[in-house]
Amino acid sequence: MEIILTSFIFVLSFLLGFELITKIPATLHTPLMSGSNAISGVTIIGALISSGSGEQVASVILGTTAVVFATVNVVGGYMVTDRMLAMLKKKSQNSE
Amino acid sequence: MNINLLINIIYIISALFFIAGLKMMTSPSTARTGNMISASGMLIAILISLLDQGIIDYEWILLGIFIGSIIGLFASRMVQMTEIPEMVAIFNGFGGIASLMVAWAALYPELTDFNIRNGHLVGSSNTMLMAIIVLSILIGGITFSGSLVAYGKLSEKIPGNAYLIPGQRIISSCIVFTLLFVSYRFIFGYSTNSNEFIAVIVLALMLGIILVIPIGGADMPVVISLLNSCSGLAACSVGFVLNNNLLIVAGSLVGASGLILTKIMCKAMNRSLKNVLFSSFGATSQHTRKMEGTVKQVNIEETYLMLEAASSVVIVPGYGMAVAQAQHVVQELAVLLETNDCEVNFAIHPVAGRMPGHMNVLLSEGNVSYDKLVEMDDINRQMSSIDIAIVIGANDIVNPAANNDKSSPIYGMPIIKVYEAGVVIILKRSMASGFSGVENGLFYGENTQMLFGDAKKSIMDLVAEFKS
Repeated sequence: MEIILTSFIFVLSFLLGFELITKIPATLHTPLMSGSNAISGVTIIGALISSGSGEQVASVILGTTAVVFATVNVVGGYMVTDRMLAMLKKKSQNSE
Repeated sequence: MNINLLINIIYIISALFFIAGLKMMTSPSTARTGNMISASGMLIAILISLLDQGIIDYEWILLGIFIGSIIGLFASRMVQMTEIPEMVAIFNGFGGIASLMVAWAALYPELTDFNIRNGHLVGSSNTMLMAIIVLSILIGGITFSGSLVAYGKLSEKIPGNAYLIPGQRIISSCIVFTLLFVSYRFIFGYSTNSNEFIAVIVLALMLGIILVIPIGGADMPVVISLLNSCSGLAACSVGFVLNNNLLIVAGSLVGASGLILTKIMCKAMNRSLKNVLFSSFGATSQHTRKMEGTVKQVNIEETYLMLEAASSVVIVPGYGMAVAQAQHVVQELAVLLETNDCEVNFAIHPVAGRMPGHMNVLLSEGNVSYDKLVEMDDINRQMSSIDIAIVIGANDIVNPAANNDKSSPIYGMPIIKVYEAGVVIILKRSMASGFSGVENGLFYGENTQMLFGDAKKSIMDLVAEFKS
């Protein structure tokens, strides 16, 4: 029955995501996408376990490569999002 | 305390951080903090996962994290704001391939044994687990190879136009059927041959390529939104394989986000997703309508005199403005106009850039404050009361054919109705047509004035006129 439970979690968080994202203004759509891209790097958690399992060479290779890709995704995604958001200025702060 | 319990409690906190981070993305003033919160959620999730009892060897993990961080750091610092779409595209692909590899690694007996030992196995039968693994590999593979093609098209390493490979449909149907057949054998245990498993991976990769290759460059905003969604769903299905709730929650949040952006982009182009994915826009249409009217040309001085007298100006930027790196001078002109008691706004079409919200980022790079950026529907309502609309490097998004020419391939697409403004000034290098290859009747309009030349240089000259 575990699959039912996990599916339940899936459906609820998908709907929550829908509710949250609909409210995000167009100005923030690009940072949203690069930020959510970083979140999808969460797959790194699975990669860590296979990379560190230490027994089968194949799973260590696969895991470690996956760790590299997912880390690029996480680190690069969050950093570039931060760079974009730092540029957002309101008129009051924007004195030229 | 049981270490597994601790890990799961931290996962809940981490999920809350992701949700809070997204929630704070709803306002530009809190968005940056939100991103930090989301990043901290990721950090604690990674740190606590390192305590997992299945991990007995840390050197490979640390090496992987080290290499990945260097690349990520470097990429995020070096990338130009115009290149953000291709960066997001390739990062989507990285997420996809990482998920594919994790699902693949889950096949190895030691790992699966470990999973069973810790109650990690999803469902009771192996069939279910195999089906989810195959699904993860499918989504991950399609995301990866599709993203690479999207990256190639966006960075113009491969031709960006839409074209049909001969026998496209036959080839893709063949791939799909073989894929279904091999997957079926695998899921129901008719085959344990690892070569056949490799075939599933290769076929998934091929499918990704053949799905994205025929899609034209103008449709890339839709494609990267969709691939963004897929990279989330890939992580999500890996969550089902490993029975990891955090992966499921985070993955589905991303999946939902990408899907919403896809929907917004499709709406902005007045096309269905099916139409974008399977119709090869522009590849078949032979649209040669003769344009009527004359093209009126203005020079810098005349433009300056018009702008000087105007009390409301709308600037409509397109991707061409960003390519010319003209954001800063455009902002300089806007500030000068404002000091001249003129109201200046920027009208942003949802597909003005190469990904959702891209134009907004490009303008903020040029110091334009975000409260000056007006969305299409809002600006259209007040367009008739505006003195001058300046179109810089945009074409299709202001093409009236979308409103009044039923035979035009872009008919029905919502546009910024600059033709309703008092005067339209178009900055353009030549009379060439836009990204979609459709002729623009606006150039021949009665109230249209063309200012030919390099957009950046023209604006700089205008700025100089204002200052003198």
